[in-house]
Amino acid sequence: MMLDAETLQLVGMKFLFALLMVGAVMTMAGYSVLAERKVSAWMQGRVGPNRTVLPYVQYIPILGPFLRGLGIFQPLADGLKFLFKEEIVPGHVNKLYYYMAPLVALVPALTTMTVLPFGEFFHDNGESFPLILADLEVGILFILAVSSLGVYGIVLAGWSSNSKYPFLGGIRSSAQMISYELAMGLSLLPVFLWVSEPGSGLSALSLTGIVASQAESTWLIIVQPVSALIFLIALFAETNRLPFDMPESETDLVGGFHTEYGSFKFGIFFVAEYAHIVVGSAIFTAIFLGGWHVFPWVADPWPENWLGSLLGVGCFLTKTVLLIFFFIWIRWTLPRFRYDQVMHLGWVRLLPLALVNLVFYVILVSWLDQPVATN
Amino acid sequence: MAKTVVLERKPLSLSERTYLPQILTGLKTTFTNMFKEKVTLQYPEEKPVLPPNYRGVPTLVKDPNGREKCVSCQLCEFVCPPKAIRITPGSVPEDHEDREHVEKAPQEFEINMLRCIYCGYCEEVCPEEAIFLQNEYSFSGYTRDEMINDKAKLYELGGTLPDDHYKWDKKKEAEEKGNPH
Repeated sequence: MMLDAETLQLVGMKFLFALLMVGAVMTMAGYSVLAERKVSAWMQGRVGPNRTVLPYVQYIPILGPFLRGLGIFQPLADGLKFLFKEEIVPGHVNKLYYYMAPLVALVPALTTMTVLPFGEFFHDNGESFPLILADLEVGILFILAVSSLGVYGIVLAGWSSNSKYPFLGGIRSSAQMISYELAMGLSLLPVFLWVSEPGSGLSALSLTGIVASQAESTWLIIVQPVSALIFLIALFAETNRLPFDMPESETDLVGGFHTEYGSFKFGIFFVAEYAHIVVGSAIFTAIFLGGWHVFPWVADPWPENWLGSLLGVGCFLTKTVLLIFFFIWIRWTLPRFRYDQVMHLGWVRLLPLALVNLVFYVILVSWLDQPVATN
Repeated sequence: MAKTVVLERKPLSLSERTYLPQILTGLKTTFTNMFKEKVTLQYPEEKPVLPPNYRGVPTLVKDPNGREKCVSCQLCEFVCPPKAIRITPGSVPEDHEDREHVEKAPQEFEINMLRCIYCGYCEEVCPEEAIFLQNEYSFSGYTRDEMINDKAKLYELGGTLPDDHYKWDKKKEAEEKGNPH
């Protein structure tokens, strides 16, 4: 088969978009690290990082000191530090898997964003396309499948480190992932039922379909609060955030799965963790918070052109950022669960609750969607 | 004897068993904390307020007439728990104008700041009120030798403090009136 110019152009464009998307998500991950440090500092009555500054920027009259105080350049300094630190590989590790683990942790986090819609592009001829790298018909299934692969990075790190604390962290992490994956999947089933009502013509497994169903209609968090709650809790567990910080558990496992890691390999783990949070927040926004639509029940107050696209993306980003703030906020409010409490909550509380929720919505949806009797 | 009373615990209500209202209360607490005044001291720009009895680096002081007060009695050297002080005693020449009736002064006075534990015993024991632990607390150096304060450095750090007694002036006056002791 010959590669014609059109194919090449398409591939080139996709490549460019992918690079842009990776850039955007990685930047957001970097700045959520800063946000974590700043918000934690504020909640504890501290100031947070406020010293790092690029040369000459601090001499800009008001803006310079303001940016410095906000610690805007801190992620840059942190990244450079990770790059230039001495790379220590302990003698007792399994080298191949030790080097592989950070990559295995990062790749799923970056892969899930390919099916993540973040806006809408209005064409001149009135058509609109979702802004997305790959509009899969089964986007949600893809996300559920790929995002749980991230646990392999943690398990590999724990195992290849050949040391007890990372090992315990890895085991805990896999057990937690298995327990919460179930509740997460079950909590999404009522969403599919609700969205794919007969005649709507929307594919409920595609994220764009779910977002489209919330345009000028209620948000799914309003009609399915229990699903949203279970999904949110499972999301916390899947992204290994406090109060489900099992693989790290600084207080009893030293550093958890990354105890034996340093310099840039640790940095990759770190970025992967925050990329998971960013992507997770975006998914929650798309499924339950109406995606790029501003208010429930109301049509978007902007024109259907490039400006509307931009504002829609801005709206989506705002919601995602607020959700990331919520993640951080929870972290500095709640203490970590004990391991058995995590298991108890997952299996004894969330799983039955998700099942009951599913059964309830099965009955409700089948009652609502029954064909109108014609006589 | 106080009698131990076992209190009956009320069973948790349904809302309490979900923990969700409690989590919301916690979230409210942390959120309001974000807007409270920060307690951080921006150290090199802002310095802490030291209490009046602060014990900083030990220093030698001069009296308001600019005379050195230490008479090298070596009590501080003797009392110093980590043996940080080393004094080489010396005598004051008879015809020294400012310091008549003072027989001795330290020829060399060294305080090893790597040994000093800032206990303040030297200040407490000094009969001449010549050694004080003042407010300097961030003392550092690049070599071990730099961390040994010699006499010149100690006087530089100490400066002059007000004196209530002028002990040697009184002694001189008494001797001039024919009443040496």
